[in-house]
Amino acid sequence: MAMILNEEQQLLKESAEGFFNEKAPISQLRQLRDDKDETGYSKQLWTEMSEMGFAGLLIDEDHGGTGFGVMGAGIVAEAMGRTLSASPYFASSIVGASLIKAAGNDTQKSTLLPAIAAGETIVTLAVDETSTHNPERTSVKATSAEGGYVLNGMKTFVPEGHVADQIIVLARTSGDAGGANGLSLFLVDRRAAGVIADRTVMSDSRNWAKITLEGVKVSAENLLGEEGAAMKALGPVLDKANIILASELLGIAQECLDRTVAYLQERKQFGVLIGSFQGLQHRAAQLFSEIEVTRSAVMKAQQMAEMGGDVSWFASLAKAKASKTAELATNEAIQMHGGIGMTDEFDIGFFIKRARVAQTLYGGFNYHADRFARTSGY
Amino acid sequence: MSDLEAFRSETRAWLEENCPATMRSGVGESLTSGEGDICWGGRKFQFKSEDQKLWLERMGSRGWTVPTWPTEYGGGGLSKDEAKILQEELRRIKAKPALVSFGIWMLGPALLKFGTHEQKLEHLPKIARGEIRWCQGYSEPNAGSDLASLATKAEDKGDHYIVNGQKVWTSYADQADWIFCLVRTNPDDKHNGISFVLFDMESEGVSTKPIQLISGYSPFCETFFDNVTVSKTNLVGEENKGWTIAKYLLTHERTGISDMGMPAPLNSLAVEKLGTVDGELEDKMLHHQIAEHEIDAASFVFTMERAKDEAKAGGDMGAFSSMLKGYGTEINKARHELIVKVNGSDAFEWEGQFSNNGEIARSWLRTKANSIEGGTTEVQLNIIAKRILDLPA
Ligand SMILES: Cc1cc2nc3c(=O)[nH]c(=O)nc-3n(C[C@H](O)[C@H](O)[C@H](O)COP(=O)(O)OP(=O)(O)OC[C@H]3O[C@@H](n4cnc5c(N)ncnc54)[C@H](O)[C@@H]3O)c2cc1C
Ligand SMILES: Cc1cc2nc3c(=O)[nH]c(=O)nc-3n(C[C@H](O)[C@H](O)[C@H](O)COP(=O)(O)OP(=O)(O)OC[C@H]3O[C@@H](n4cnc5c(N)ncnc54)[C@H](O)[C@@H]3O)c2cc1C
Repeated sequence: MAMILNEEQQLLKESAEGFFNEKAPISQLRQLRDDKDETGYSKQLWTEMSEMGFAGLLIDEDHGGTGFGVMGAGIVAEAMGRTLSASPYFASSIVGASLIKAAGNDTQKSTLLPAIAAGETIVTLAVDETSTHNPERTSVKATSAEGGYVLNGMKTFVPEGHVADQIIVLARTSGDAGGANGLSLFLVDRRAAGVIADRTVMSDSRNWAKITLEGVKVSAENLLGEEGAAMKALGPVLDKANIILASELLGIAQECLDRTVAYLQERKQFGVLIGSFQGLQHRAAQLFSEIEVTRSAVMKAQQMAEMGGDVSWFASLAKAKASKTAELATNEAIQMHGGIGMTDEFDIGFFIKRARVAQTLYGGFNYHADRFARTSGY
Repeated sequence: MSDLEAFRSETRAWLEENCPATMRSGVGESLTSGEGDICWGGRKFQFKSEDQKLWLERMGSRGWTVPTWPTEYGGGGLSKDEAKILQEELRRIKAKPALVSFGIWMLGPALLKFGTHEQKLEHLPKIARGEIRWCQGYSEPNAGSDLASLATKAEDKGDHYIVNGQKVWTSYADQADWIFCLVRTNPDDKHNGISFVLFDMESEGVSTKPIQLISGYSPFCETFFDNVTVSKTNLVGEENKGWTIAKYLLTHERTGISDMGMPAPLNSLAVEKLGTVDGELEDKMLHHQIAEHEIDAASFVFTMERAKDEAKAGGDMGAFSSMLKGYGTEINKARHELIVKVNGSDAFEWEGQFSNNGEIARSWLRTKANSIEGGTTEVQLNIIAKRILDLPA
């Protein structure tokens, strides 16, 4: 596959950028934050996104989606990174949809996928239990009970956790924390008895929650995939999710560079535009280079994911590289803006706050650099 | 079967038959750049083996040393897609390049764009077949990064010029047959007073003096011109318009310098040298440094691939080549620092059989020039800032 966007992808990119610029610029996120909005995203926006087909990019046409694949989903995520648009896109249309596609049976697919694509149902994943990503450390317990299971324990860092309709919970049906075997996935209704969703306000002003499960009864039909073999489905879905996060981080980094360069072209000190100082020019040029190199790693991973097969090496490469570059870009952006970059009134500070959260979700640089090394055989 | 698939199977069969076994050991697999193995061609070139000579003759006669050049100029006349397939097939059998030269890599593209039909007919086929080896006469003692301040003078004598002056850092000047050279034809206009000329290094008045590098290699020279006659038929493009050609050629040079192919994985070199404890390198810091480096290196390899695909789709490389050059050469330097770390004290052996005459140390030191030759990293960053980011002067 040539490493360029085809015509269809180019069109998608343009329409996504235009769409988010117009419908969900940073001012919308600022407003949601300042209003302490309960829902944490604009329902109107989400409806329009679904009408545009964005909610069903990873869902095939038979299930009501647009079937654009990981490249398309990444292109849209990148555009959202540029405007920091808040929506259940990542949690539901990427992670939720992929997991149901990978592990779900026909009934689960035919009921949930069209509803996700239409933006009517929000499905999210609850995986981590501690402050660092490690699915295998799962200790939430699912005990067999009449006609199903009973779930107990707590999950943290769940995207859209307090607004989701369905939460896919990774729980242990056997074995001890630390082992990859004995983990299973369950579809849990957020409104079911014993499910407590505590919204967690985080630096990025987006939706996060801690989910406490107190004797939650789940029927056998709501087991997602094979009992005890969750990682078989979850591993590749987390790879995809990380590729999409890397795409968003790429958008964030690119936007930081573009805004910073624009500032260097207009701010004057010492009687000249500060963009004429070589000290700043070289930093901007280095950042440009890092972003271009990151773009290649991300695009490669998107393409490999689209072709199928094990993409853990590519996914970890992309996430590690994008995390490092987003860190650089957001730091450099503030520094090169001087004092004004530190003010809340100015938008540039929103990027660093989102970037670090997106970097951390499902493993940051260290996690993925280490995984990259292990999948390379050392 | 599509035309491209047919092309692939024909190519595969031809290579199977024509690429000698000893030419398949594959560069890029050894620790170091193995410059000693390269076939540079030219009148003075001493082939390392019969196979090396045969491989060049066979590839040269098909024009596959320069697959996309037109056949009338000695090229293979392949489309970009076919050339990519040829590349893939060559890589598949780990074939060594039949010919590497400044002619292929730098002068050829410039002549194709700016040369006359006669100039192309005269020079390109000889480049393709490896008969003439070229060197690059750009830098001077007082014109390095600020190349356009060059002073080597070409005086107009009607149908020819008389050239006087000095070049420096002229790579392989003592082994080259011809030189492409920047000369001053108008002293009053810095950029619009430069011309691009070609001449034989055996011309009367040309002399070279080798300079030794910190690596102990002596690949480049001071080059002196004392009343050298250069026919005007060897002026490329218009008089005083050589700067445009010079810059165009530099974008090819820079893309070429940054292209290190898919280098051998550092981790396997490290595991081979040091072994593992519980399946991991004992030196945890080295393990981390290698992982971090390999992430950057792989991302860069994909960037070269993307740049080629974009060029193939009709995009103009332009200043993007500065990004590739700056980033790629810094990566290569970092890589050799790691190779040295992996090899510990063995890395610094300078002589003797055990170290193949200090190959690791010498290659490591040689890479320090990567970020200087073809324009320094700082100059590349300046170009990105001005030409791509449009920052004020
Ligand atoms: C939290 C905070 C508290 C502060 N408290 C005080 C206070 O109590 N009192 C007070 O008077 N001020 C205070 N300041 C202001 C502070 O001193 C200025 O922000 C600082 O001097 C930078 O000036 P600037 O913001 O105008 O940035 P600018 O000068 O516009 O700089 C923008 C960017 O250009 C770069 N730049 C500028 N000139 C050059 C050059 N010649 N070469 C290379 N790069 C250059 C800068 O390094 C920066 O990256 C405070 C700032 C902050 C953020
Ligand atoms: C191994 C090798 C092979 C070479 N082969 C050839 C060849 O075949 N033909 C040929 O013509 N030349 C060749 N060169 C020369 C090469 O192109 C020059 O060395 C290079 O352009 C730098 O020029 P300089 O050495 O005069 O350094 P200078 O220009 O003096 O630079 C010194 C330092 O100042 C920095 N600097 C200069 N200007 C700026 C600026 N505007 N902004 C910021 N920093 C700046 C540089 O980056 C560098 O760090 C070769 C060089 C090497 C090392």
